[in-house]
Amino acid sequence: MAGKTLYDKLWDSHVVREENDGTCLIYIDRHLMHEVTSPQAFEGMRLAGRRPWRSTSIVANPDHNTPTDHWDEGIKDPISRLQVETLDANIKDFGALVYFPFKHANQGIIHVIGPENGTTLPGMTVVCGDSHTSTHGAFGALAHGIGTSEVEHVLATQTLVAKRSSRMLIKVDGKVGAGVTAKDIALAIIGKIGTAGGTGYAIEFGGEAIRALSIEGRMTLCNMAIEGGARAGLVAPDEKTIEYLKGRQFAPKGADWDKAIAYWRTLTSDADAQFDTVIELDAAAIEPQVTWGTSPEQVLSIGARVPNPANEPDPQKRAGIERALQYMGLVADTPISKIKLDKVFIGSCTNSRIEDLRAAAAVAKGKQKAASVQQVLIVPGSGQVKRQAEAEGLDKVFIAAGFEWREPGCSMCLAMNADRLEPGERCASTSNRNFEGRQGNGGRTHLVSPEMAAAAAIAGHFVDIRNF
Amino acid sequence: MKAFTTLNGLVCPLDRANVDTDAIIPKQFLKSIKRSGFGPYLFDEWRYTDQGEPGMDCTNRPLKKDFVLNQSRYRGAEILLARDNFGCGSSREHAPWAIEDYGFRAIIAPSFADIFFSNCYKNGVLPIVASAAIVDQLFRECAATQGYRLRVDLETQTVRNPAGEWFSFDITPHRKHCMLKGLDEIGLTLQHAGEIKAFEAKHQEAQPWLFA
Ligand code: SF4
Repeated sequence: MAGKTLYDKLWDSHVVREENDGTCLIYIDRHLMHEVTSPQAFEGMRLAGRRPWRSTSIVANPDHNTPTDHWDEGIKDPISRLQVETLDANIKDFGALVYFPFKHANQGIIHVIGPENGTTLPGMTVVCGDSHTSTHGAFGALAHGIGTSEVEHVLATQTLVAKRSSRMLIKVDGKVGAGVTAKDIALAIIGKIGTAGGTGYAIEFGGEAIRALSIEGRMTLCNMAIEGGARAGLVAPDEKTIEYLKGRQFAPKGADWDKAIAYWRTLTSDADAQFDTVIELDAAAIEPQVTWGTSPEQVLSIGARVPNPANEPDPQKRAGIERALQYMGLVADTPISKIKLDKVFIGSCTNSRIEDLRAAAAVAKGKQKAASVQQVLIVPGSGQVKRQAEAEGLDKVFIAAGFEWREPGCSMCLAMNADRLEPGERCASTSNRNFEGRQGNGGRTHLVSPEMAAAAAIAGHFVDIRNF
Repeated sequence: MKAFTTLNGLVCPLDRANVDTDAIIPKQFLKSIKRSGFGPYLFDEWRYTDQGEPGMDCTNRPLKKDFVLNQSRYRGAEILLARDNFGCGSSREHAPWAIEDYGFRAIIAPSFADIFFSNCYKNGVLPIVASAAIVDQLFRECAATQGYRLRVDLETQTVRNPAGEWFSFDITPHRKHCMLKGLDEIGLTLQHAGEIKAFEAKHQEAQPWLFA
């Protein structure tokens, strides 16, 4: 019998029961929650007179609607405020292991605070009513986004009704060049497989270049698995994972720790495991990436030019390119490096951790934002990240460069709070989605790494970070 | 959830690939703490020329005339015909809520994004995967025929066009059962509460740190 993939090991260890057609009940270890996708689930529980199966599986905090400045003034938008207060009330009523209300010193983006507290661990199943739950796969946890009906289902039963995914291995061998980050690897992969390439799959990322990534880099990569269509991304835990988790608040302690790490070391795909699809990339060939269109698959290397629809034979795709160029206000064949920015956003669950901020600060140190760039927002992923950055003096570097140092939250990743693009404004963003209107109605988003975003803020246009 | 058995519905064609959930229901509407009332804001940025805000009365908002939902021939459509990777992006269930609230009961496309696909079933909206060739044909027929309708039969898993041609589609027995009966999945799962408890006890013994 062939060996098992990491995905199969995680799946098999959580099957409560299986129907003849392969539909399974999967046990859920960790339930992350935020204010946007949970209110209707709690309401459903109330209407049915149900109580949570295991409220200590819940880790929650508001992040989408919270402002990133003037915290003393509270949440001005009454609809946003109601949503945040509804989460407060629901957690009070139903309970949770960890809850950081608005303005708590540790509040942040849910996908940043889970790992930093050790509430995400290898071998777990992790769900959240949020597609970027894939982030937690960086620890070798089976983690994916669910809808609100499923949030309610997990609340009430601690299980999910699901079918096994197909297995894909994306192998990135070799070493990436200087200036090429986890974000560039993620974008290059999506450029190759397309936004639907991973549909129906759980993707395991492997190979030398993935092993070489830090834990935070692996989170960036798994975060964007969903942009490649895969609900879940995975990286097998290794010594780096164990080192990262050691001593974190909710990580196992004492004898449990020894037992846990012995188990975690078994969480790798067996040498003879079979994948349904294997895709290989050469790390050395990956260059800094910039998206030019309105889908993450519309991505190019920094040295490239914006595509010309006339060169696309498929009429459906040609229409897609034309529509994207029009929305983005770009002319075919323009060099990417000639694209000028109005705003820059460094933050989001993709790139708001301490290493991201260090990388951006290293680029910005001693420099000034271009006069043509109106605003550069630096939004740390959590209160802990913010304190760490301030202890290292990164905030001063940003402020001296003319950037704005903000409070943690989702911010301009999706503009549910006051941070947003105005119609027609163009932004270099370290977030994960460049959809029409994502960062504000009519706003134009280019996805890049933190280094590339910081360099663009200083130059006023995209630049190749390798020559910066 | 409303049960789904058969549907003889008017078809509305949305000829774009990769329609994302931000397009289906823009983020400002996600601030609602309710499950209903999203229909008027479905495809808000494509449908209206002004910027939509939650709670806005949509009856007199200025329309983008070219957008399919605004064309009188598609008024009252119950079947949405779409292209590849429909529903990609976020996990927001507000997307199927908006689609259902608008009046669509089925979506036909060559492929769907995973999370959106499973969210549909929870809300009585049937996502139907058809081959690219069939979808092409349906787009052509729909463009050529005013009042073009399709007949969806979930029991036999078939879709029939006005000429009587038909194709069949896949659905898992579990989902079919829940859709046909309009069942509450939580109630079904809780019938297995004993098994869940037994699993949980074993799991806790093996990995006590998961239950800290
Ligand atoms: S930072 Fe952006 S992608 Fe991440 S959870 Fe918040 S809104 Fe979603």
